[in-house]
Amino acid sequence: MAHFTKATSVKDWLNQRLAIEKVEKVMASEYWIPKNINFLWAMGMVLAITFALLLVSGIFLLMYYQPHVDHAFYSVNFTIMRDVGYGWLWRHVHGVAASVVFLVIYIHMFTGIYYGSYKKGREMIWISGMLLFVTFSAEAFSGYMLPWGQMSYWAGMVITNIFSLGGLHMDGLVEWIRGDYVPAQAFLTRFFMLHVLLLPLAIMGLIGLHFATLRIPHVNNQDGEEIDFEKESKKYLAGDKAGSKVMRFANDFMSKDMMVVGIYLIFFFYLVFFQYEFALDPVNFDPADGLKTPAHIYPEWYFLWSYEILRPFSVNIGLMAFGFAQVIFMLLPFLDRSPNAIPASRRGAFGVWFWLLLIDMIVLTAMGKLPPAGIFSTIGLVAALAFIVLWIALPFITKNEKKA
Amino acid sequence: MKNKEPLIFIIVVAFTLLTYWLVEPFAHSQMHKHVESEKFAYADLPAVTKTGVAATGKELVTGAAACTGCHAITKDGLPAAMDAVTAAGTYGVNPPDLSNAGALYDAKFLSDLIKNPAHALKVEHKFDAAKGKMHPMTPFAGAGGEIDQEVADIVAYLQSIAVKPEEVTPKMAFENACGRCHAVGYEKWTQIGEKPAFKFQKESLAFDIKVLEYQESLTKYMGKLPPDLSMYIRSRGEHFISTFIENPQAHLEGTAMPRVGVTAHTAEKVIEYLEDAGDTKRAERTATGKNVMIFIVIFAIFALLWKKQVWRDLH
Repeated sequence: MAHFTKATSVKDWLNQRLAIEKVEKVMASEYWIPKNINFLWAMGMVLAITFALLLVSGIFLLMYYQPHVDHAFYSVNFTIMRDVGYGWLWRHVHGVAASVVFLVIYIHMFTGIYYGSYKKGREMIWISGMLLFVTFSAEAFSGYMLPWGQMSYWAGMVITNIFSLGGLHMDGLVEWIRGDYVPAQAFLTRFFMLHVLLLPLAIMGLIGLHFATLRIPHVNNQDGEEIDFEKESKKYLAGDKAGSKVMRFANDFMSKDMMVVGIYLIFFFYLVFFQYEFALDPVNFDPADGLKTPAHIYPEWYFLWSYEILRPFSVNIGLMAFGFAQVIFMLLPFLDRSPNAIPASRRGAFGVWFWLLLIDMIVLTAMGKLPPAGIFSTIGLVAALAFIVLWIALPFITKNEKKA
Repeated sequence: MKNKEPLIFIIVVAFTLLTYWLVEPFAHSQMHKHVESEKFAYADLPAVTKTGVAATGKELVTGAAACTGCHAITKDGLPAAMDAVTAAGTYGVNPPDLSNAGALYDAKFLSDLIKNPAHALKVEHKFDAAKGKMHPMTPFAGAGGEIDQEVADIVAYLQSIAVKPEEVTPKMAFENACGRCHAVGYEKWTQIGEKPAFKFQKESLAFDIKVLEYQESLTKYMGKLPPDLSMYIRSRGEHFISTFIENPQAHLEGTAMPRVGVTAHTAEKVIEYLEDAGDTKRAERTATGKNVMIFIVIFAIFALLWKKQVWRDLH
C-alpha cells in the first residue's frame, strides 16, 4: 500500500489519493499542441460542446417524453411544447443541435482529409472518428423516430426496408428489426431504448477512444510539419514560450477553443430561436398515419448524399453503391497510398480530388432532397457515379504522388 | 506567415450557405406548388351593385327566404331548429349560426352564396344540380322582387346584427369559419363546441359519443374526416394556410373543402387562433431569444479577450 502522510491542504489530500496534479498535467497543461494550427482545429471542442448541449437538453426532454404510439406525438407537441416551462426551448436546442452537430462533423472530417490528418500513425484517429460518425448517424435516426410524426413513421419505414437487401428479399430481417410488419409500438420502444441508452453509451465510449487515439501521434498541424514534441515542450517549459513550436492545451489552446465556441454559439442560438425550421421539418408536425404517405419522403439534410447514392440506380445496384458509400470513408487511410502528410494544396492531383469530392457531395446532398425527376435525376446519377469513380481513383492518383 | 484564417472562414461559410440554400429554399421551391395570395378579393365573384336595407332583410331572413329554417341567429333571439348532432345527421354538417356572419365573411361572397351556394363555395365538382346532387343549402330564388336587391337586403341585415369587423376575435373567427368541420384537440375544441370539464366520467363519455356521431355524419358528407388542426401552424405554415383558406382548389384541385369566403381580417384571426394552438410560446421564444443572444455575444467578447491575453506571450 502506498504511504500516506497527513494532508496539508484539500489539494494535497486529493493529490495523495488521486494524483490530481499529474492528471491535470497529462490532460491539460502539459498536453502539447502545435502552434501552427487554425480555427478548424477547434471543431473538436465545438463538437464536445454541442454533444453536451444534446445530452443536457435530452435529459430534460426525457422527463416528459412518452414512448407510446398513442402518446408520443402529444407528449412532444403538447406537453413539452406547451405545458412544460421552457420545454419548447429544450426541444429546439435538441433538434437544432442534432442537425448542426453534423455540419460540424462534416467540417471536422473534411479538415482531416485536407490536411492529411489520417496518415502516419494517425489512422486510429480517423477510424475512431468514422465510428463516431456511424454511431451519431444511428443516434440521429433513432431520435428522429421518437416524435412519431409523419416523417418519423415513413422514414422509419423506408430505412428499415433497406435491410431486406433488395433482391435477397430478407423480409424476415426487416420484421425482426421492426418487431412487427410495419413500424408500430415495438418499433418505437426499441428505437427509444437505442436513442436514450445504448447509442449514447457507445458514443461516450467512442469519444473516449477518439481522445485516446490523439495521445501518441499528437494533433496534426496546418503545414504538415513533423514536430519534435519532446524538444519543443522542454523549450516552452524553460520559459521560451514564443520560440517554442508547441503550446499547452490549457489555457493556451483552450482560450482559442473558447473563442471559436463563443462565435459558434452565436450562430447556434440564432438558429435555435429564429431559424429552426431546417432542423424541425414541418412534415413531422403531422401525426404518424400509416394510411397516408407524404408526397415527398426525404431524410434529414446530413443523410441526403448517401440517400442519393442509393436512389438513382436499380434496387440491387443502388444498395451496393449505398453499402460502398457507407464503408469507403473508413478505409481512407489505406486508400491514400501517398506517404505525404501535408495539406492537399501541396499534393497536386490529390488537391483536385479533395475539392471534387467536396463539390460532388454537395451536389449529391441537393439532389437527394429534390424530387427524382427530369434533370435532377440525371444530375443525381452522374454525381453518384462520380463519387464511386473518385474513390476508386484515389489509390492510383496518390500512388504516383511525388514525395514532398 | 500569412494568416489564412479569414480565407478559410469564408470558404467554410460559403459552402455551408450554398448547401443550406440548395436543400432548403431551392429544394422547397421545386417540391411545392407556389400559390400567390389573391388578397381575399374574390375577383371571380360578381360585384355588389345594390345597397341593402337591413329591416327588409330581416323580414326576408325570417320569412320568404326561410334562412332560419336551418340557421340559428342567436344574437337576434332565433335559436337553432335542432342540435348540432341532429343537424349534421340531416345536412352532413351543422349549418352555421349567422349572428356574426356579416362581419366574418366577405359581402360579395355572401351575396353569391345566397343565390348559388355550390358556386360561391367552389364545390360544384361535388354538387351538381344537373346530376341530381344538390348542395344541402337551398339556393335563394327570390321572393318576388328584384333578386339582387333582396340579396343585398339580407346581407345588410346580417351586417347590421354582427359585431364590428374589428371586434372579430381569433376564437370567433375560427369557430365560425372552420370549427364545424375541424377539431383542435390542443384547444379542447370539437366540431360540436368546446369540451367542458365534466365532473363525472359518464358525462364526459356521453359528450364524446355525441362528437363521434357528429364526426360520422361529417365523414360521410366530406368523404373523410377533416383533420385536427392543432399543429397546422407548424406543419403547414402561415402562407399555406392563408392561401388554402382563400381558395382550397388552388392548392388541391378537387378537394371537398369549400372556399369559406372569409375577409382578409377574419383569415388573419384564424391564423392567430392556430398560432395560439400550435405555437403558443412564440412571444416567449422571441423575448428569450434576444436575451440569450445578448448573453452569448458578451460571452464571445470575453472569450476573445481571454484568448488575446493568453496568446500575447506565445508569439
